[in-house]
Amino acid sequence: MEDLAAHIEMKRPDAVLSHSIALDELTVTIPSSEVAAFTEFLKTDQTCRFSSLVDITAVDYPGREARFEVVYHFLSMYQNHRIRVKTAVREDEMLASITEIHASADWFEREVFDMFGIIFTGHPDLRRILTDYGFRGHPLRKDFPTTGYVEVRYDESQKRVVYEPVQLVQEYRQFDFLSPWEGAKYVLPGDEKGEEAK
Amino acid sequence: MDGEFRDIQTNEQKIRNFNINFGPQHPAAHGVLRLVLELDGELVERCDPHIGLLHRGTEKLMESRTYLQNLPYFDRLDYVGTMNQEHAWCLAIEKLTGTEIPRRASLIRVLYCEIGRILNHLLNVTTQALDVGALTPPLWGFEQREQLMMFYERASGARLHAAYFRPGGVHQDLTPELLDDIEAWCDKFPEFMQDLGDLVTENRIFKQRNVDIGVVTEEDIQTYGFSGVMVRGSGFAWDLRRSQPYECYDEFDFKIPVGKNGDCYDRYLCRMAEMTESVKIMRQAIDKLRREPGDVLARGKLTPPRRAEMKTSMEALIHHFKLYTEGFHVPEGEVYASVEAPKGEFGVYLVADGTNKPYRAKLRAPGFLHLQAMDHILKGHQLADVSAVLGSLDIVFGEVDR
Repeated sequence: MEDLAAHIEMKRPDAVLSHSIALDELTVTIPSSEVAAFTEFLKTDQTCRFSSLVDITAVDYPGREARFEVVYHFLSMYQNHRIRVKTAVREDEMLASITEIHASADWFEREVFDMFGIIFTGHPDLRRILTDYGFRGHPLRKDFPTTGYVEVRYDESQKRVVYEPVQLVQEYRQFDFLSPWEGAKYVLPGDEKGEEAK
Repeated sequence: MDGEFRDIQTNEQKIRNFNINFGPQHPAAHGVLRLVLELDGELVERCDPHIGLLHRGTEKLMESRTYLQNLPYFDRLDYVGTMNQEHAWCLAIEKLTGTEIPRRASLIRVLYCEIGRILNHLLNVTTQALDVGALTPPLWGFEQREQLMMFYERASGARLHAAYFRPGGVHQDLTPELLDDIEAWCDKFPEFMQDLGDLVTENRIFKQRNVDIGVVTEEDIQTYGFSGVMVRGSGFAWDLRRSQPYECYDEFDFKIPVGKNGDCYDRYLCRMAEMTESVKIMRQAIDKLRREPGDVLARGKLTPPRRAEMKTSMEALIHHFKLYTEGFHVPEGEVYASVEAPKGEFGVYLVADGTNKPYRAKLRAPGFLHLQAMDHILKGHQLADVSAVLGSLDIVFGEVDR
């Protein structure tokens, strides 16, 4: 695995920002402009031969400057090894589609677009895939509430399904069991007065 | 039917392609699938699957629940071979936390994964026959499935959504009687396989509907990212149990059946042969389980203490309470764990941030990629072949839509 990483770094020194091996898995970080070219290289290079795309997904880190981290997993059935390729993408940035290189990227990119709102340039048909027709927002972003914004029900008088803003009969219960000794701040009502008095 | 009257002198009509909706409520769609088919006469020109009708936002839900609370969601992905998915989740957590699971737990996992594989293949093979017009095979197959689900129930208490594999082992140990009964079932099952084979394999209609339909080449496998039987049906011996062994599969003796032509019929034959191999693995696992008693959970932070211990030890009681409220913490890191689920490679990409909840979990379902290739596979096939191809792709919407 170390050899493979060295090989990739030697062949494409400009593309690889860093690489790491953790838990028997090779991770390579590349700049977002290199995605298509690097994927092509991984597929055609005889030592790599990452012929099969396993997965594309993204992770949202709202605190970072480049908000999203798009993660590609590749597998070589010929060489029997795997690789993970990561790239950081800003919210207003577009990423090159790799559907030309791996046809299987089609739905994965649609899913990432649907869930995170990352736009892939050169994708033949970038529609929403998993969410409802006419859905708004990108559910897997960290700022999207788990309850969503709309709910549907069948309306007897109109004889059709209607969309309404979500109404919770009770507050959404987010149990925070993170250690009570470290996580929670026990502020009792009235405590702030004590602070002020000092 | 769909033509428009064009020319008054030559009486020629303009022919245009016909669009139909296959589903979302179609008995051969194996769930809620909507296919928009563009037909030229009887031939499929374009096929656009609309998925997401069973989307439940599993990945979003998982971000607000603890690792242990997330486990049952995996049963609800591919609800046919449920424990295989739990397995991937457990492997991911165990890899990140560096937990060694006890040997007996490992063997039980292998045993139940293979039961899951037979459950899945039985359903798929028989409903594939149903899709092309045979009613008897599902009735026969479901009888066997019922017996296997009894084994699920006797181990975990649930017939389907077992939540039996836990990070660090399995929930309960198996009783010797259960092992005996599973072995007795293994003795009887080949006879059933023979019957089912006699009924379906050489059946004229079944062959007419499946041979040379939906051919998958080696190039398709790579470009469309196929896995599982879709790969093996085309003569490519790729099985994660063998090529990237996990659990203790490397010590079991089994063959990997491969097809030759990569059509629907070869995939059917592969599944039939795989069931026979699974029974072989089950027998070996039972044999080993009899000889190797022991604990089934790696006792530690990830797993609850023994019941008896809790009656006397305060620490055990606190640990139990903390485990089921706060849950365990997984060290920061990321991991991709995959298993050879009955349908293909099922993977979990887990990003942990050191708290008790996953920061992000991506479920990689084999059916998602297989369904994606529908357009490619179906092009030029007859409308009637749609259900045959769909049947042999082995789609379950729980995992495709997540």
